[in-house]
Amino acid sequence: MTRRGVLTAGAAGAVAGGVPVSTSAERREMATMPVRFEVNGKRRELALDPRTTLLDALREHLHLTGTKKGCDHGQCGACTVLVNGVRINSCLSLVVQHQDDKVTTIEGLGTPEKLHPMQAAFVRHDGYQCGYCTPGQICSAVAVLDEIKRGVPSHVQADVTKTARPTNVELRERMSGNICRCGAYSNIAEAMAEVAGAKA
Amino acid sequence: MRSFTYERAADPVTAARAVAQRQGAKFIAGGTNLLDLMKIEIETPTHLVDVQDLGFDRIEATEDGGLRIGALVTNTDLAADKRVRRDYAVLTRAIVAGASGQLRNKATTAGNLLQRTRCPYFYDPSMPCNKRRPGSGCGAIGGYSRQLAVIGGSDKCIATNPSDMAVAMRLLDAKVETIDPQGATRTIPIADFHRLPGDTPHIETALEPGELITAVTLPKPIGGRHVYEKVRDRASYAFAIVSVAAVIAKDGSGRIAAGGLAHKPWRVEAADTALPQGAKAAATALLAGAQPTPDNAFKLPLVERTIAAALDTARSA
Amino acid sequence: MKFDTPAGTNPIDRMKVVGKPIDRIDGPLKTSGTAPYAYEHHREAPDAAYGYVVGATIAKGRVRSIDLDAARQSPGVIAIVTAAEAGKLGQGNFNTAKLLGGPDVDHYHQALAVVVAETFEQARAAAGLVRIDYARGDGRFDLDKELKTAPLHGGNSDEGSESGPEHRTGKFEAAFDAAPVKLDATYTTPDQSHAMMEPFASIAAWKGDELQLWTSNQMIAWGHSDLAKTLNIPKDKIRFMSPYVGGGFGGKLFLRADAVLAALGAKGAGRPVKLAMQRPLIANNTTHRPATRQRIRIGCEADGTITAIAHESGSGDLPGGEPETAVNQTELLYAGANRLTAMRLAVLDLPEGNAMRAPGEAPGMMALEIAIDEMAEKLGMDPVAFRIKNDTQVDPMKPERRFSERNLIRCLEDGAKRFGWSKRNATPGQMRDGRWLVGMGVAAAFRNHLALTSGARVRLGQDGRVTVETDMTDIGTGSYTIIAQTAAEMMGVPVDRVVVKLGDSSFPRSAGSGGQFGAGSATSGVYAACVTLREAVAQKLGFNATDAVFDDGKVRAGNRSVALADAAREGELVAEDKIEWGDLGKKFQQSTFGAHFVEVGVDAFTGVTRVRRMLAVCAAGRILNPKSARSQVIGAMTMGVGGALMEELAVDKRFGLFINHDLAGYEVPVHADIPHQEVVFLDEADATVSPMKAKGIGELGLCGVGAAVANAIYNATGVRVRDYPITLEKHLDQLPAYA
Repeated sequence: MTRRGVLTAGAAGAVAGGVPVSTSAERREMATMPVRFEVNGKRRELALDPRTTLLDALREHLHLTGTKKGCDHGQCGACTVLVNGVRINSCLSLVVQHQDDKVTTIEGLGTPEKLHPMQAAFVRHDGYQCGYCTPGQICSAVAVLDEIKRGVPSHVQADVTKTARPTNVELRERMSGNICRCGAYSNIAEAMAEVAGAKA
Repeated sequence: MRSFTYERAADPVTAARAVAQRQGAKFIAGGTNLLDLMKIEIETPTHLVDVQDLGFDRIEATEDGGLRIGALVTNTDLAADKRVRRDYAVLTRAIVAGASGQLRNKATTAGNLLQRTRCPYFYDPSMPCNKRRPGSGCGAIGGYSRQLAVIGGSDKCIATNPSDMAVAMRLLDAKVETIDPQGATRTIPIADFHRLPGDTPHIETALEPGELITAVTLPKPIGGRHVYEKVRDRASYAFAIVSVAAVIAKDGSGRIAAGGLAHKPWRVEAADTALPQGAKAAATALLAGAQPTPDNAFKLPLVERTIAAALDTARSA
Repeated sequence: MKFDTPAGTNPIDRMKVVGKPIDRIDGPLKTSGTAPYAYEHHREAPDAAYGYVVGATIAKGRVRSIDLDAARQSPGVIAIVTAAEAGKLGQGNFNTAKLLGGPDVDHYHQALAVVVAETFEQARAAAGLVRIDYARGDGRFDLDKELKTAPLHGGNSDEGSESGPEHRTGKFEAAFDAAPVKLDATYTTPDQSHAMMEPFASIAAWKGDELQLWTSNQMIAWGHSDLAKTLNIPKDKIRFMSPYVGGGFGGKLFLRADAVLAALGAKGAGRPVKLAMQRPLIANNTTHRPATRQRIRIGCEADGTITAIAHESGSGDLPGGEPETAVNQTELLYAGANRLTAMRLAVLDLPEGNAMRAPGEAPGMMALEIAIDEMAEKLGMDPVAFRIKNDTQVDPMKPERRFSERNLIRCLEDGAKRFGWSKRNATPGQMRDGRWLVGMGVAAAFRNHLALTSGARVRLGQDGRVTVETDMTDIGTGSYTIIAQTAAEMMGVPVDRVVVKLGDSSFPRSAGSGGQFGAGSATSGVYAACVTLREAVAQKLGFNATDAVFDDGKVRAGNRSVALADAAREGELVAEDKIEWGDLGKKFQQSTFGAHFVEVGVDAFTGVTRVRRMLAVCAAGRILNPKSARSQVIGAMTMGVGGALMEELAVDKRFGLFINHDLAGYEVPVHADIPHQEVVFLDEADATVSPMKAKGIGELGLCGVGAAVANAIYNATGVRVRDYPITLEKHLDQLPAYA
C-alpha cells in the first residue's frame, strides 16, 4: 500500500483527492486513511482503504479471525464484537468510524487455555455445533447479561418501565440477533442461564 | 462498494455544507443501513460525512412538556430512556420490536427514520426497481409482493417503509428538526416527512439536499395505554408484515398507526375517530382505498385482527 | 476390515469412554475463535489476494459479450477469469450445472467471472464494473406448470434416499377403492436454502502444478476428485483441506464455485487467492432443497388397518438433475398390503436442486405424517395409536427382510407419556391460553441407516499419545470428539491422550459427512485402524493380540501388564485400515426411528404460530456421545420448525430466481422461536450395522418435525394447512372470530 496517511480525518475540506488512484502501471496505488484504536487492550494503528469495515480490519488486517463473516449485511450476528463495552455488528461499521474506540473481540474474552466463564459455559452446555456463529453468540451473550443488568428493555417485557430478569424468554429474545443454523439455541440459553445465575 | 472519501464533521453546518457541495455526498451516522446498501452498490456515495461527533446524542425535556431526542441518540438509548419508557412506552415498544440488540446499539434516531425499504426487488441490483433506478420499472408489481404495500402505492412502486420506530413516532405526532447548509433550521411534522411513492419513488423524504436532521421532538405525553403489536413469521429479528401502534384511553378512544402497509407509517384521522367502535370500524377507515396484490391481500383482514389484538392488550394491560 | 457378520462383543462395548457425554474436544478452540475455517488460513497463505464472484443476472440464455475493461483498470485488480480465460473445464460427477458458466447461462447467479485484486474492497468494487451483455432465453420456472407433463423418474439423493420411478406392491387402486375409510390429499413443500452460517469459501495456493486448497466441504474425497476433474489435473496434484466446516447441511457435500474460482483466480493471479461467496449470491448460485408437490392416498379398514397406501411426488431440477426422493420413507414406514410410490421430475431452469439435510425424507415426512394425522382423525383414532397399529417389523415390500432394530412403538409410547399426550384434546380448537390457541401434535421420525467405506490411520507416539488421521470432516456433528472417544476406548487411554486430525485429502479416505452416515462409518473406520494398531502393539510387546486388554494406558494379559507407550519406545507405531461393508444392509432393513411431540400456540388474533414445547424420543443404535448427539437432534428440530413455519425460497417465475436471496429475506429460526427442547435416546445397540453398533441421528432429528408442528397447529385451530410453510395467511380467514 502506498500513499499511506495522505488522507487525514478531520474538519471538512481537509479531504482532497481522496478518490483511489487508478493507473495502468503495474503498481496500483490505493488511498488509505489512518485509524488508531484499541483492540483487546492493545493499541493498534492501521492505514486502510476507507471502505474497510471493522470486521475486515479485524479479520484481514489484524488476523483476529475469531470474529466471523456470515452475511456481511447485518442479517446474522456472526460478526458481533463489543465496542466500548457495547455489542455491534462489526460488518456494518467502517473501521475509520472507530478512531479511539476500545474493541473487544472473542479473542479478548478468553483463550483456549483460559476461557471466559461464558466460553466455558458454552463448552459445558454444548452451546454450538459447527462453531462458526459461536464467537458472535458468546460476545452477544456476555453483552446481553450486561444489558439486562443496565436495565435495557426488551420486546418481551410485559412492563417496559421495569427492569427485566434474565429469564429464558428474555435471554432468547435478546439473543435473536445471532442466528445459529445448527440450532444450538436451547443449549445456548442454558449456558447463559448458568452464567447469569452464577453472577446473581 | 465504490470508493469514497471520508471526513468526520465537527459542526452541523459544515457537515451540511460538505454534503450539499459535493455531488454524491452523504451523511453517515450508525451506518447500519447505508453500508449494507453500499456493499451491493444500491447506495454509491462518493463522499461520506461522518456526523457522530456533532453531539446530538442527548434526550432533553422541552419547554412544552415534551422531549427533544438528539438525532444521534441510538435506538437502544432511546428505548431505554426512563422518560420514554414511562410517558411514551409505545416508542420503546416499537423500537425494541425492531432489528436486533446489536443493530439497535448502533442505529440512530435520524438514521432509523431514513432507512430504506426492504423490498427484495430493491435489494437485487439486477431487478427492475424505480426506486433504485428510476424508469426501470417495478419488479415487485406482478412479482413476489407478500411483504409489500397494500395502500398508498403507485403503479411505479409498492415498497413499504420497514421502520418500527417511525410508526410510533407517527402515532405520537413527532416533529423532525433539521438544519440546512446555510444554517437555517426548520421543523417537519412526521406526517409530512415520509412521502408516498407516486411517480418518484426514489424521493422518499421531505429533506432537501444537504439538510441534516438534528433532533426529533415529541409533544407532551398523552397518557393512555401504549401498545405496539408487531406481526411477523419469526418471533424476532424480522421486519413487520403488519404492525399496529396504539395509544388507548380508558374510555376506548385513542389513536392508531400501522406499519408494513405503505411507503410511510400509515395513520388516518378517521381511523382514530372510529376506534371506539372497535377494530373493524377502525380498520375499515384505516384501509380505505387499499389496493393489495394477490400476495398480500391477507394484510387487510390481518390489520383488523392486529388492531383487535392491540385493543385487547390495552384493555388487559 | 470387512464387516459382514453382526458384531459380537468388542472393546467398544466396555463403554468407558464411548457413550459418555463428554464435552467436545474442539470446544475450547471454537468458543475462543481460534479454530481456523476455510477463509482463515492466513498463516499458510500470507500473501493471498482476494477473489470476488460475478454472478449471472439472467436465469437462462447466453452471454453475448463481457466487457472487462473498466474492471481491469480498477485499482488493485490483478486478474479476472471468465470461462474464456479459464479454457475448457471438466464437470464434476456431483455437479449438475457448471460452476463457471458462460457463454451459456444455466441459472440465475451462476458464476460467470472471478475478479482478483489486492484487497477485498478492490475486488468487490472491480466486480461491480464487469459489464455483461446477455441474450435472454426462455426458461421454465413454474413447477406446477411443468409437472403437468413431467415424466416418471427414479432417483437417488446421494445420501441414501432413493426410489424408482414407480414402485408397486399388491394392487393399490383396487384396494384403495375398496377401503371403507379413505384419504386423498395433496401437500406442497417449498424450495429451501441450507443457509449455513459460514459462506462457501476457499483459499487456493499453487506451487508449480500443485494446488493446495483450504475450503469448507463435507466430503473431502468427492470434492477432491471433482476439483481435479473440473480443472483437468491429476488428483494427486491437489491437496484438499477442510479441517473446520461452518455448517453444511448438504450444501457443502459437493465441489462448489468458490473452490473452482479460487483455484482459477490463483492461477491467473500467480499468487494465492482467497474467496468467500457473498451472501446474496448463495441461494441462487449454490444448491437448494427442491420444492415438492405430493399426493398421498391412504385406504383403511374401520379398525385402522392400512390396506392401501400411495405416495406420489413431483419436483423439478435443471436438465440432468435428480428428483427430490420424497416418497422413499413411505415404502417402509407403515404396513399395508397394497402400495404405490412414484416420482415425477420436471425440468426447470431454476438453480440446481440437490441434497439438503434428510434429502427426500424431510419433505416426504412433512407430507406423509400430516396424512397419517388426517387419517387417524377420519378413523376417530388417536394418532399415536394409529401409528402403532400399523407398525411393521418387516419391509412391507419384501416381508422376508426384517428391520434390524425397529423401536418406533417405544419411541411413540415413551414420548406420549413424557409429553403429557393424554392431556391433548382430540377435538381441535378447544385448548386456549389467553390469546393463544394451543395444540399438540405428533409425528413419527424415520430415516434409514447408511454406511460408506471409511478409512483411518492411527499412530501411537513415543509419548504414548494416540493420533488419528482421517479425511473425515466435522461439520458441527462432533466428529472430532466421537473419533477421539473411539480411539481412546480401543487403545485404553483417556480422551486427552488422543489427537484427532481431520479434513485433509492426504489422510485416508473416509465416509465424510452426509446422510447421517458419518458418525457410524467414520468411527468404524477408526475402530478398524485401531484393531490393526492393537495387533502391532501386542506383537511389539509380546502379547497375543486376542488376549491383550488395553486399559488405563496399559496393555494387560494374564499377570503381565506393560505401559502402552512402551510399544512405541523404539519409534512410532502406525496402522491404517478401513471399514468395508458386507451385505448385512441388504439382509436387514437398517433404520433409525423416533417420535416428535410438539405443542404450539397460534395467536387467535393474528394467526401467527409459536412453538411452546418440543420433545424427541429417538432410537438410533448406540449413542456415541449423548451430549453431541443431543445437539444434533435439537439442531434438526430447530431446522424442522423453520421448515414448518417460515422457510421458503420465493420463486419469481418471470425472472427465474429465488428473490429473497439473503438472510433477511429467507428467514430461519432465531433464538426467540425455539423453546427448551427435550431429547431422549432409547437404549439400543444395533449389532448388524457396525462394530460400533451406532447409527446416525443428524437427519432423523429433522424427519417428521415439520408435520408434528403442522399437526399441532391443526389441533390448535381446527384448520388443516397442507402447504408449507404454515404462515399466518394460510389459515387466517378460517380462524375463529377474534372477539
